[in-house]
Amino acid sequence: MNLLLQLFLSFFQIGLFSIGGGYAAMPLIQAQTVEIHKWLTPLEFADLVTIAEMTPGPIAINSATFVGMRVAGISGVLVATFGNVLPSVIIMLIFAKLYERYSGQTLMKHVLEGVRPTVVAAIFTAGLSLLNLAVGSISALDLFALAVFVAAFLFANSKKITLSPITLLLFGALGGIGWEALGF
Amino acid sequence: MSGKPAIDLKFYLKLFWTTFTLSLFTFGGGFVIVSLMRKKMVDQYGWINDEEMMDFITIAQSSPGPIAVNASLMVGYHLAGIPGALISTLGTILPPMIILTFVSIGYQAVAENTWIKAAFHGMRAVVAAIVLQVTWALFKSLAEKKNILPLVLFAAAFVALFVFKVNIMVVMVAMILLSVVLSIHETKKENMS
Repeated sequence: MNLLLQLFLSFFQIGLFSIGGGYAAMPLIQAQTVEIHKWLTPLEFADLVTIAEMTPGPIAINSATFVGMRVAGISGVLVATFGNVLPSVIIMLIFAKLYERYSGQTLMKHVLEGVRPTVVAAIFTAGLSLLNLAVGSISALDLFALAVFVAAFLFANSKKITLSPITLLLFGALGGIGWEALGF
Repeated sequence: MSGKPAIDLKFYLKLFWTTFTLSLFTFGGGFVIVSLMRKKMVDQYGWINDEEMMDFITIAQSSPGPIAVNASLMVGYHLAGIPGALISTLGTILPPMIILTFVSIGYQAVAENTWIKAAFHGMRAVVAAIVLQVTWALFKSLAEKKNILPLVLFAAAFVALFVFKVNIMVVMVAMILLSVVLSIHETKKENMS
């Protein structure tokens, strides 16, 4: 089969069947790219996961671009990424339309209200694991990272100063580079 | 402060630029980008409110595809219909596409660069701070209604997710079923009185 079409179909499937974010997509990406099509070796797949962790964007999009580039260059990137987001675009447009129409309806309202606390709990859980990753454990505390964390939290929470999250991140990056340059 | 902005070329550019920069600086999973989105679109621009943001996250999380793409699609559609949805989707997927194209050519050098590592050292702490601050803001908007139920549901969901590591989809489906039961129960009570 045509390689570009194959790329499109593989990443379309990954997009369609990964419900619940990056960690749900990982095994599907592995099955398509390593096991079925052998576009990547298992080692390259492990590298891909590392890259996806340290570069911006969803892991599925990262993988589509990485694999597309290796297999068929720029046209591979475009085809794989387009295939990957197409299910999202179609399904989300339908859901968005339904939301705008029915979110005022009583049962729908109760369901959405009932799930909101779970969303907050999920974000909290994600935040705690990020904090753990950033500042380390109590026995091996990263004091620089802890100071940055506290400062960023206070700035983000301040009512008087509204800094863009991007600005905060840039300060964090500069802080990290400065800390390194000072030789710590 | 919440309200839909005027839809003109300037707005489309702002929407594209907002989703592009949010995506560019988002490391480490879907919940990070939705936290940054809340900070930008609820706090800074007032385009949407907290309830809408949480609903969008719910729908994004329970639909196929990356949460970041789904959530920005929902916001884009809410603000400006199908053109808005397409523009915010494009803004979200372009940064990883561009970066990964270059990284796939020479990633070894990137992964081992001291200065890139140092920048990440600082940014990781900021990301954690933003996500937890957003948690705090969303929690306050759950608590301000003086209703005990959302707080109980929050505690239950947190214990399930954090302590027992239950899959989030399972928790969400359970909460949906519980809400349907409670809603039917409440409607019956209202009809009786």
